[in-house]
Amino acid sequence: MNRVLGVFAVVAIIYLGLMSSDPQARSPENHQNLERRIGEWGILTLGVGFVILTGGIDLSIGSVVCLSAVSFGLILENNGPPWLAFMAVLSMGSIIGLIHGFLITRLNLQPFIVTLCGLFIYRGFAQLLTQINFGTIGAALTTGWPENARLLRDSSRNIGLAHPENLAWLTTLQKGNFPLGEWIGIVWLDIPNPLILFIVLAIAAYIALECGAFGRRIHALGYNEQAARYAGIDTASHKIACYVICSTLAALGGILFLVKVPSAAPASAGNWYELYAITGAVLGGFSLRGGEGSILGLALGTAILPLLRSLVIFAGIPSDLEFMVIGVALLLGTVADELLRRGSMSGVRRAG
Amino acid sequence: MADLPSNKRFLLEARGVSKAFLGARALADVRFGIYSGEVVALIGENGAGKSTLMKILAGVHQPDSGSLWLDGNSIILNGPEDAIRHGIVLIHQELNLAENLTIAENLVLGREPTWGGILGLVDRAATRVIAINALNRVGLVIDPNTRVGDLALGQKQLVEIARALSLDARVLIMDEPTSSLSHQETERLTEVIGELRAKGVAIVYISHRLSEVSKVADRVISLRDGCNSGDLPREDITHDAMVRLMVGRDLTRLSRSSAKAGRVLLSVSGLRHQASPPGGISFEVRAGEVVGMAGLVGAGRTELAETLYGVRPMVAGKVTIRDNAFQPGSPAKAIKQGLLLVPEDRRHHGLILAESIRSNISLPNLKGISSAGWVSRQRENKMALHGIAELSIRTTGPEKAAGQLSGGNQQKVVLARWLAANPSVLMLDEPTRGVDVGAKSEIYDLIGKLVDQGLGVLMISSDLEEVLRLSDRVLVLHEHGLAGELSRDELSEEAVMRLATGTAPRRTTP
Repeated sequence: MNRVLGVFAVVAIIYLGLMSSDPQARSPENHQNLERRIGEWGILTLGVGFVILTGGIDLSIGSVVCLSAVSFGLILENNGPPWLAFMAVLSMGSIIGLIHGFLITRLNLQPFIVTLCGLFIYRGFAQLLTQINFGTIGAALTTGWPENARLLRDSSRNIGLAHPENLAWLTTLQKGNFPLGEWIGIVWLDIPNPLILFIVLAIAAYIALECGAFGRRIHALGYNEQAARYAGIDTASHKIACYVICSTLAALGGILFLVKVPSAAPASAGNWYELYAITGAVLGGFSLRGGEGSILGLALGTAILPLLRSLVIFAGIPSDLEFMVIGVALLLGTVADELLRRGSMSGVRRAG
Repeated sequence: MADLPSNKRFLLEARGVSKAFLGARALADVRFGIYSGEVVALIGENGAGKSTLMKILAGVHQPDSGSLWLDGNSIILNGPEDAIRHGIVLIHQELNLAENLTIAENLVLGREPTWGGILGLVDRAATRVIAINALNRVGLVIDPNTRVGDLALGQKQLVEIARALSLDARVLIMDEPTSSLSHQETERLTEVIGELRAKGVAIVYISHRLSEVSKVADRVISLRDGCNSGDLPREDITHDAMVRLMVGRDLTRLSRSSAKAGRVLLSVSGLRHQASPPGGISFEVRAGEVVGMAGLVGAGRTELAETLYGVRPMVAGKVTIRDNAFQPGSPAKAIKQGLLLVPEDRRHHGLILAESIRSNISLPNLKGISSAGWVSRQRENKMALHGIAELSIRTTGPEKAAGQLSGGNQQKVVLARWLAANPSVLMLDEPTRGVDVGAKSEIYDLIGKLVDQGLGVLMISSDLEEVLRLSDRVLVLHEHGLAGELSRDELSEEAVMRLATGTAPRRTTP
């Protein structure tokens, strides 16, 4: 709990700094932008939080976001029904997580390697998908191979959001607001739906991790996998479940990405997202050794990067320095955490 | 040592050495001496203080009191490097070779011959010469550029000895050198020891295998409970004499209320894991009895329990629990059948140290106290408080982290967890290791109570006193096989040790 308070203090300090930097920063628009971004990234952070709890890591999140955005766009472009596209992309995310989990638990591969390979493979696959002439395939299936037709284009292309008029519910989910402010008469309290979605998912995760048997087992195996195994926990399937949750949420993030932008460049969509997600979880108090971390901390940790980015913009810091500011902030946070931890060592040490 | 020439001076001697760890006495006023060109075997039960003495001789530990003498001069060893400088080299049971480097690189590690002045380039030719010379001394004919990782265990052992010799070792301390060697490799090692002795090297030989000891040793020094318990000159070294020195005391047996064994709860036949000898192990555990499992460290007791529990793969065998066929595969499966394990390594396998007593007790029992995946805090607290009361776990409350408890109370938490899990057969692996005396007798009482309630208990223990005190029958393991079974009438420390050291047909002459 002390830790969560610490993260809260950091968030509060950055927020106050941001508010005092520029009148623009205090505007309802900026608040809503921040909230939307926190919601979008929070969904990814939540997913990687499950994986980090098991002592693992997922470096493929950004590429899964990209592949999902591209796949979703391609299905719509080829007149697939939106709900089918939505379910198909989420299922694809689950299958990716399942593959990660199997490689890690059954073949005993390191999570870092497995998901690093995923990082390359899914982005490459997304680029390949955008080069395929689906029209040619369709024609070939019905009327035979068309004259001069080619299966692949020369280069990959950006995928736009086709037929957005069929996507009212998704557009609302991405761009709409929860009219809390309207109800109580303070307009700027309208909350962007992505943040609402994140809060709902975070509450579900909180219940699963803090109240449910599932979470107990995840914490136990993340902290000491051998002891968990000796206590009769099926550690492999619990770990697989976490990778499935992570990749499925990344796929959801990909869909929201395309609806927002609304165009995905396969070479760059979702770049760096895995690192933002991991940073959020770590700033929120998740230990990369596993077994430690709370959802409340994660939610606060997720807010730090968007706030910092906004601060960089409004405080007049050249945006070229954005990465450096983020890196220094992360380093300071980690050092402070380690020093505080040493100060309050309570005699409980992690066994080997 | 009256029979030894008194004018001869010990090469290495320890006088009145005492050592305690965290208040627990490991050695008290122990003396030890070895002449050059002599092989002295250091024997004793597990925990008798052999390894502590050995580490003091090698400079790893410093004695609390007492002194070390080399060639009649008092020496102080502040670390292993000090000892090596004096020519005292310890060869660990787990060999300390860099498996990724070649034999030659290992032999000169840390003192590589170099050329090129400040550049410090390794002189490969000189390295090779040093390596070939060193290997010749142990009679190992092999290309020094072979990677150590590619060698057989016996060869690695010889490389380790070669390295010790190239450090100009005058005293070689070998800790269980044959524990993982094949028969031929052991023979070869025995020859090498003979050659080294002829060259005047003093060899301290620590082994559980008494048959080997009687082959190689010129003199035996026995330790018991951290004290000298007697020496044997060459002509008196017999298996029985050594067992008598190691075990010593005549224990009056403290028996529990005589239990009546009931139906067979666990039946094991031909059980084998990867290290098992052909044939495997067969035994039964009945309701209402404590079956002790004795054996030396490395005899395969823990491996046996872990195989039944499903932590390590079973290669062959048939297991039934309460007459139902059971295929070990995972702890979850074993737990479902009421076959539970209290592991030897509490800190790594037994508990989640950072978590509360409450969650440690409930961890394997979550299903019973949750509905639709939601854990009922109320029922969980009840379970934890019940465990704390029943086992009288001394704590300020159920929320205290398990890592903050004493060893005895930690063990009680593991036991409380399994009592809540509806046990049928309880496997206890070293149940009182690191447990203080008070908690120990509480655990003994608990075991008695459980057995009276109709549980079967399989108790692995290296504490012979404990085995004798609690067991209705004792299975003795030796090198992963069943060396024998002792009924309550046949039970004595000597009988157990004889089976455990693997010399059941008694030797009469050395």
